[in-house]
Amino acid sequence: MTQQDMTGAKALWATLAAHGVGTVFGYPGGAIMPVYDALTFYPEVRHVLARHEQGAIHAAEGWAKATGEIGVCIATSGPGATNLVTGLADAMLDSVPILAITGNVARHLMGTDAFQEADITGITLPITKHNYVVRDVEELPRVIAEAIRIARSGRPGPVLVDIPKDVQLAPYHGEIATPHARPEIPAPKPEAIERARELLRSAKKPVIMVGGGSLDAAAEITALARAWDIPVITTLMGLGAFPASDPLWLGMPGMHGSVAANRAISEADVLLGIGLRFDDRVTGRVNGFAPNASIIHVDLDAAEIGKIVRTHVPVRGDARVAAQMLAEGAQKLDLPEWREKIAEWKTRTQDPDHWGAGYAVKAVVDRLRPDDILSSDVGQHQMLAAQLARFERPRRWINSGGLGTMGFGFPAAIGAGMAEPGVRSIVIAGDGGFQMTAQELATLKKYDIRNVKICIINNSFLGMVRQWQELFHERRYSEVWLGDSNPDFLKLADAYGVPAYRADRAEELPGAIDAWLNDPKSSLLEIVVPNEHGVFPMVPAGAALSEMIETEPPRPTPGIEKNAAAEEAKNA
Amino acid sequence: MTAPFDPAPKDHLVSAIVRDEPRVLTRITSLFGRRGYNIRSLSVGSTEHPGLSRMTFVVTGDRGVVEQAMRQLEKLHDVVKIIDHSLEKFVDRELVLVKVAITPESRVEVRQIAEDFRARIVDVGRHALTFEVTGDEGKITAFIEQMRSFGILETMRTGRVALTRGSNADIPSHVYHEGETEALRPVVESAEPREEKARGVPNLF
Repeated sequence: MTQQDMTGAKALWATLAAHGVGTVFGYPGGAIMPVYDALTFYPEVRHVLARHEQGAIHAAEGWAKATGEIGVCIATSGPGATNLVTGLADAMLDSVPILAITGNVARHLMGTDAFQEADITGITLPITKHNYVVRDVEELPRVIAEAIRIARSGRPGPVLVDIPKDVQLAPYHGEIATPHARPEIPAPKPEAIERARELLRSAKKPVIMVGGGSLDAAAEITALARAWDIPVITTLMGLGAFPASDPLWLGMPGMHGSVAANRAISEADVLLGIGLRFDDRVTGRVNGFAPNASIIHVDLDAAEIGKIVRTHVPVRGDARVAAQMLAEGAQKLDLPEWREKIAEWKTRTQDPDHWGAGYAVKAVVDRLRPDDILSSDVGQHQMLAAQLARFERPRRWINSGGLGTMGFGFPAAIGAGMAEPGVRSIVIAGDGGFQMTAQELATLKKYDIRNVKICIINNSFLGMVRQWQELFHERRYSEVWLGDSNPDFLKLADAYGVPAYRADRAEELPGAIDAWLNDPKSSLLEIVVPNEHGVFPMVPAGAALSEMIETEPPRPTPGIEKNAAAEEAKNA
Repeated sequence: MTAPFDPAPKDHLVSAIVRDEPRVLTRITSLFGRRGYNIRSLSVGSTEHPGLSRMTFVVTGDRGVVEQAMRQLEKLHDVVKIIDHSLEKFVDRELVLVKVAITPESRVEVRQIAEDFRARIVDVGRHALTFEVTGDEGKITAFIEQMRSFGILETMRTGRVALTRGSNADIPSHVYHEGETEALRPVVESAEPREEKARGVPNLF
């Protein structure tokens, strides 16, 4: 291509290609048309057309979460751009490296309330790591390169670049920006590490807790825990950062955490937290969190240290390096009493043995191979999957942790599946969440994606909200019943040419799962389960981890039958 | 566990060196707003470096709140450096315009007080005098208090500006990230007086 042909739009694609971006997810529209026009000159970049911008950005997130590389999505101005907002907030809270590119109206129209104009940089200011408006075409490649660097460096996050239409069309004369070197991650201070080591050496009831910031340090953390012989808890975002098959693993902490994890935190005298931010769903009531523990907090983001819990030994730096340093000079701690307690707590788990959502999720996750990617949507099935799946390696578990975005799971599974076409990308969704982005079935069809396996756990309810209404609102099931209006999911899948299977009894489940997983195409399995099962253990919001409800309380009166009858009476 | 080091809410004077780009002020104020930190005063101006501006804030809160605010600020891409003046020796100034009502009887007395404060008269009217006063917060507050009995018609304060003192080499300049902080201080050591501890505590960052 000669210099004369170069435009802002072409410079954008050339810069993305120079950064190794091979796949972008997006949706065209008026203000981004020059970019879509220029796309035809760049066959090396694959554009995946979603059916909604939210689907596009969640797919980019799935891509990024599975690979650790940047996920890229594109939208037009105004409504296209605002449809990215949920995904940007999601990526912000879960620290996902995302580059979002939006078109905007021409510069002379900006600020005039022109057609399809929205102040997207203003709107996304608090939910992006940084954002830009490119006002000069000569700046465009530099800004894209810088945006990618910011998104990936330090604590990753979403960066948005807004490009006015006339800038996309303007001739470009400069060079194409090449990738920035990955910035050095600060190494932890040796004094801080020494202090942490001293604390560990003196510990009688130590526990290690790792979060989503530890995923790339899984090997080092595993070595560290084994060297000191300290039990490990993985948060919802950290699942896979420590192998579930290791006897030191205690499960997940927090609201729906395991008995062993929550009891260990409540009794621990030293808690080593690595790459986590002490989210309220993890801590429960903060002043009841690890009340006896001296806390060592390893984090890259200085603002996280001391934000929620008082930190006794702050260690700022890279989790990998910190774990390596902490493992040096380790000595196996001889703590028979602590070990005994933990062993007892670990027996206090029950695999779901009767037909219900837990039983169904267990049957599915038991079929996971180590390489399979498991995504979930948000709700009861998410917590069940997190409790029951056994991850041996990181970046195999993809879910919306911080924002709790319903509709996230399915498009994220598409993104992850496209990133790793050789592995199965399985998504467990609820009947509610799936319908928020169900139109992405079209994406499976359009690109003949074959490795995405959708499992819908259908209890005809917004299950988690229902569970809270049951426990905390005296079973007044307000606006959570979907059973009267859910689609026939098999017909819905069929309408998009996606093969689908159903099971509504325990006996049918193994056969249905086989048929579903063995189907050579991407396929859907609907598992119809009883309406009113809950997820336990559970720590009620605002309670301390020690106040966990371990098992489902008995249900006093028939619920759904009564409510369905009331509903019918109302509709009659 | 020892008590938090400095729990009483008070004013903290903080400077931020920021990139001179559109929306930087919005970015910063929206961060403050979202996290519920209140800015009591804010001044912004250019610096000796082209492309960089300097903002001085007064934020009210306990030490932990202010630390957290500073750390969140520091994460913004546009923020180059944060300086927490409460950790160092500094000079600060504020400029205020005060319009004071006068009568033929009070005129002389008002002028006399103004002279004592080295306040300059910048506008003379038949019924009012407008003064310009520069100084630290205490001086300005004292001046306003003195004038209150004559009748203050209007005031406009610029907000505080501050600079670290530069000549005294043995006073540590706790530029952010190079000094001891609340969050990164081991809890066990936080009971001791700050001034003494400032030199002794290792920088764990």
